[in-house]
Amino acid sequence: MTSTARAVSSPVDARSRPDTSGMSDPSGSPPTPGPVVVLAGGLSHERDVSLRSGRRVAEALRAAGVEVQVHDVDADLLTFLRDSQPAVVWPLLHGASGEDGSIRDVLELLGLAYVGSGPRESRAVWNKPVAKAALLSAGIDTPPYVTLPQALFRDLGAQTVLDAIIERLGLPLVVKPVQGGSALGVTRVEHAADFPRAMVNCFAYGDTALIERAVDGVELAVSVIDAADGPRALPAVEIVTDGAYDYDARYNPGPVEYFAPARLSPEQAAQVADVAVRAHRTLGLRHLSRTDMILPPSGVPSVLEINVAPGMTETSLLPQAVVAAGLELPAVYRELVERAVPSRSA
Amino acid sequence: MTPEHSPGTRLDPWFGAYAARAHGMRASEIRALFAVASRPEVVSLAGGMPFIEGLPLEVIGEAVQRLIRTKGTTALQYGSGQGEESLREKIIDVVALEGVEAHPDDVVVTTGSQQALDLVTRIFVDPGDVVVAEAPSYVGALGVFRSYQADVVHVPMDADGLLPAELDATLTRLAAEGRRVKLLYTIPNYQNPAGVTLSLERRPQVLEICRRHGVLVVEDDPYGLLGFEGDPLPALRSFDDEGVLYLGSFSKTFAPGYRVGFVIAPHAVREKLVLASESAILSPSNASQLAVDTYLETCDWRGQIKAYREMYRERRDALVGALAEHLPSASWNVPAGGFFIWVRLPEGLDAKSMLPRAVTGRVAYVPGTAFYYDGRGADHMRLSFCYPTPERIREGVRRLASVVNAEAELVQLFGTSARPDDDPTDVEIPSPDLA
Repeated sequence: MTSTARAVSSPVDARSRPDTSGMSDPSGSPPTPGPVVVLAGGLSHERDVSLRSGRRVAEALRAAGVEVQVHDVDADLLTFLRDSQPAVVWPLLHGASGEDGSIRDVLELLGLAYVGSGPRESRAVWNKPVAKAALLSAGIDTPPYVTLPQALFRDLGAQTVLDAIIERLGLPLVVKPVQGGSALGVTRVEHAADFPRAMVNCFAYGDTALIERAVDGVELAVSVIDAADGPRALPAVEIVTDGAYDYDARYNPGPVEYFAPARLSPEQAAQVADVAVRAHRTLGLRHLSRTDMILPPSGVPSVLEINVAPGMTETSLLPQAVVAAGLELPAVYRELVERAVPSRSA
Repeated sequence: MTPEHSPGTRLDPWFGAYAARAHGMRASEIRALFAVASRPEVVSLAGGMPFIEGLPLEVIGEAVQRLIRTKGTTALQYGSGQGEESLREKIIDVVALEGVEAHPDDVVVTTGSQQALDLVTRIFVDPGDVVVAEAPSYVGALGVFRSYQADVVHVPMDADGLLPAELDATLTRLAAEGRRVKLLYTIPNYQNPAGVTLSLERRPQVLEICRRHGVLVVEDDPYGLLGFEGDPLPALRSFDDEGVLYLGSFSKTFAPGYRVGFVIAPHAVREKLVLASESAILSPSNASQLAVDTYLETCDWRGQIKAYREMYRERRDALVGALAEHLPSASWNVPAGGFFIWVRLPEGLDAKSMLPRAVTGRVAYVPGTAFYYDGRGADHMRLSFCYPTPERIREGVRRLASVVNAEAELVQLFGTSARPDDDPTDVEIPSPDLA
């Protein structure tokens, strides 16, 4: 596997896959997978995003001839999964339970095949400082940071701790919950006076904050999909926005301009693809992931975070990368489902 | 970078084509959080949804079946732009309970009173015109005014509703500034969100002030018949036929699913409203109108309103009692009717930034900033008592108290305070969660 941003190569050309269902086709591609259950919704703060992701993926899978049912996660989940016996489950739950590994634990418990990383790996990625430490150990750059629980501010005095952070990391800073996505609870702090408010916003989403040095540069998202010969990076997507790439910017078309592929030199494209694939491998991820990073003027990509259940909405980055690679979403998603089937025994 | 890169995309080829009035029509973090509030695990004290389970559904079902059998060809056909005459006649009986004397010809039936608001604003408000409204005011009305590019100026209230002297001073100041005030938008009974009622004494005063300043009064009265103490006060429209547009609704007293509301307006205004409505929707739903008409004709709607009043009073008492027990550090009013209690949070707390914590704690409310046009209200939240049972209300307040206490500790720790919403368009679009 080279580290260049090659498109995923399907066993069968993605664009040539027939849209109609069938147990097999004359080209010899795998038979249509059995029924797939897409898990979406749940009770996390990202429920709305998850529902949108679920609908989009289900729509694409149906276009690829796959039988799909979208199911919201509630107290009946186990009964539903036992009764429906899906061939593959695709957990598209964003936020807690979806990305922290717990739903995947349940799927393992039931012996069901599923798309995406295993519970332990998901748990590591979900906890941003754990993932950052793993990346640093693998020689992948990530902004300097501290992780502090709310209780510590109470025990040591909030202002004292805030001053110490600024002294060590400088300004500007980015404050974010250690767990969570969609930029919920994330604030960029330009001035010391804004720091306390950023902490309050962050702690509304969780009890522990990750505070890291803000890195300026080209904002990129590099998606990785497992192909037959290993993980491969899709073309990087560049995000250009006047303000913060916050929740509003992420899920409303318009305020953000995306460049897919990103406006990078071939060397830079290869470099960021290499970082994303290494991150995917370092953390033991499976099937798909998305690595968000900044390419600063220094030229060394700095990883902000990694997602095991990246958004699949109309404005999300992984679907844009698939299209930029010249592939079609139905074919790629179907291939991910097919790839998940053997994972039951893996 | 190399020159052959493809151009960027904003994922919406029409991004540059939207009208200015579409600004703010977008998904927001707050709206996303409300997606969780709809789940049964969450005690939602947010939405203004009436307790439909309290209706005699079997009786209504039979009446609607009979309607389709006997009047199906009318019910399923286009109708009159002004609305079905038989329903307009019955609306006159309903509004008479609040002292309104009108003729069926004065009534225009609309798709919920939300459409009435839209039509009134459409025919009266040009971009830049001023609408005066109570502080705070109904989020759905603010959204309509914003979509017509009006400016909203709030006037304060006290426990007896809008302050006449403040209204007079505001209208005088705006006139001196050369601003054109077109409407006073007011919810005189059990106001949404503040729960207060305009006192009988102030009603003629408000009308006199508006008449003197040449300002048309839009009286929005969805809750007038849902008082807990005695007969309803006379509507503003009962004092003035020419200077008041009366907006009514069956959404709170019967069922919002039918989307039937109405306007009672002077002749010339009524004509324009009918034309505006026809251009928007051709005609309100005949099926819905005839269903409401059948309900009013065959069911004990007065008895149902009485049952609703008793049920909602019990729920209000549950909410007030639970607040007193679990949230003594907050302050609130005790409404004499309607659906809502307006709660002032302990010093420094910000209802909007606290909402994620509340959702995590499985309880929901509407932050006060939704009810102001100018970003104020962060120190308040609206709690509704109409939908959850008393037991769920008490559980919701218990959860809310934990959330407030945790937030208070945090605010004290970091020394922050509630601050104006820097993007008051967040919850502009009225949704069922916020109605």
